[in-house]
Amino acid sequence: MARRSAVKALIQLKRSSPLPGFRLSLGFTWLYLTLIVLLPLAAIIARSLRGGSAQFLHAISTPRVEAAFQVTLASALLASVVAAVFGFLVAWVLARYNFPGRRIVDALIDLPFALPTAVAGISLTSLYSEKGWIGRFLDPRGIHVAFTQAGIVLAMSFVGLPFVVRSVQPVLEEIDTAMEEAAVSLGASDWQVFARILAPVSLPALVTGAALAFARAAGEYGSVIFIAGNMPMKTEIAALLVVTKLEEYDYTGASAIAVAMLALSFVVMLSLNLLQWRLQRKEGKRI
Amino acid sequence: MTRVILVVAALFFVALFLVLPLVAVFAQAFAHGWRIYIEAIREKDVLAALRLTLLVAAVAVPLNVAFGIAASWAITRFDFIGKNLLVSLIDIPLAVSPVVAGLMYIELFGLHGWMGPWLSQHNLHIVFAVPGLVLATIFVTFPFVARELIPFMQAQGSDEEEAAVVLGAGGWSIFWRVTLPNIKWALLYGTILAASRSIGEFGAVSVLSGHIRGRTVTLPLEVEMLYNEYNFTAAFAAASLLSLAAVITLIVKKAIELISGVHTPPSKEDFAE
Repeated sequence: MARRSAVKALIQLKRSSPLPGFRLSLGFTWLYLTLIVLLPLAAIIARSLRGGSAQFLHAISTPRVEAAFQVTLASALLASVVAAVFGFLVAWVLARYNFPGRRIVDALIDLPFALPTAVAGISLTSLYSEKGWIGRFLDPRGIHVAFTQAGIVLAMSFVGLPFVVRSVQPVLEEIDTAMEEAAVSLGASDWQVFARILAPVSLPALVTGAALAFARAAGEYGSVIFIAGNMPMKTEIAALLVVTKLEEYDYTGASAIAVAMLALSFVVMLSLNLLQWRLQRKEGKRI
Repeated sequence: MTRVILVVAALFFVALFLVLPLVAVFAQAFAHGWRIYIEAIREKDVLAALRLTLLVAAVAVPLNVAFGIAASWAITRFDFIGKNLLVSLIDIPLAVSPVVAGLMYIELFGLHGWMGPWLSQHNLHIVFAVPGLVLATIFVTFPFVARELIPFMQAQGSDEEEAAVVLGAGGWSIFWRVTLPNIKWALLYGTILAASRSIGEFGAVSVLSGHIRGRTVTLPLEVEMLYNEYNFTAAFAAASLLSLAAVITLIVKKAIELISGVHTPPSKEDFAE
């Protein structure tokens, strides 16, 4: 008797609900996901392993590929730090102060989301190249941005900035001012209020935003390829190497690098989910 | 006093980092005057690219809206095994590099891909043709509508819909007369995001495109091609159209936020190009 109801519980896809459309909506959703996500994902993994796992490992450890990953990851890391610093500043100002034009600035933060990456790419390149509006100040002082790794970091920071701001801003906006007021009434200085109340509360959101910026930057293509210089071993990013291999008809090699990039993204996203889950549990216990 | 310093610093940064690149696009586009600009915009290839971009978006966005509604209905109104997996799968495009996304479709639908032989037999061309562009765009943009609707519908709860069932309403009736009016702002917001992204997608489309001018080149790709040919004014002219679309997107987004109070969720927003 008990066994039968256990089996029934497994087969039953849902607890009973009066609402209609379960099978239609779920069926369509799974069909869509299979066609658009699961099958292509399986196909690329299969192709990358076509020559066996030894060949796969070999394909992603040639000097050129290793250099590309180094450039990409180091630049993405730097970019996420830059985005974190300035993103925190902007989020702080937006969340806590009122000033003329605040709404416009708030809307502008999403510009890197809305602007096509190719447009961002050519625009940044023209700004920071030798004769560009900013480049003409930096170049004579020996600060070369266009066609160097600095340019890669710049472009990556551009696309990563909104992630930090949009992660931190809501947290800062929701902080209970009662806590701050209590601290001030107990004699805390401005710096103490910041360091001991506001910073710890916003740190998880900052880390989340920076991690998202990192993951995005590591896979970025359009904004980076114009300003990067794209010299193999020096300023070539992983995404560009995939495209180069494709143009050489080295599908297996391209897929290998692509799958390595996928694995990296998944690791970052998984770690982020784990971190958020852990933090949520901590919060729960504190209350 | 610290307030003023911080605000000025932040504004300076935003002006330098965000506003300047936007302004630079238009400055470069008009560098040689209005007439050259208009000529560049009316070039055959640019117009064809614009048409193709709009066509791809016109197909991809409604499909993704349908998916978003179906997925959020299933996820927020029912309990079932595999729900968490489903939600994670929806987030995948956000974590995938656009170039990798394009390559995934080549490995599935390309000549040597899993479905390649079958497609050749039936003379169907997906990769390096318009259907491929549509698929790549769908992949990159389908999470947007779903991710707007899911938290919104979750928070709203199903009370009104259950009441409608009790009162004897049928499925589609419930959807059109109860659900849809309730989610309309979140739906519109997600649709704007998806549309904006569909128009601007570059990396995934570039890989799948074949770069045949007039046939498989979207506007962002045309910008790249013109730029690589050192035709800077034309490249920036085409880019200015896309930038205008981006600015309109930002304005509409802000307007919806102000009118309806709908806010984008702060975690994991759009990722791939």
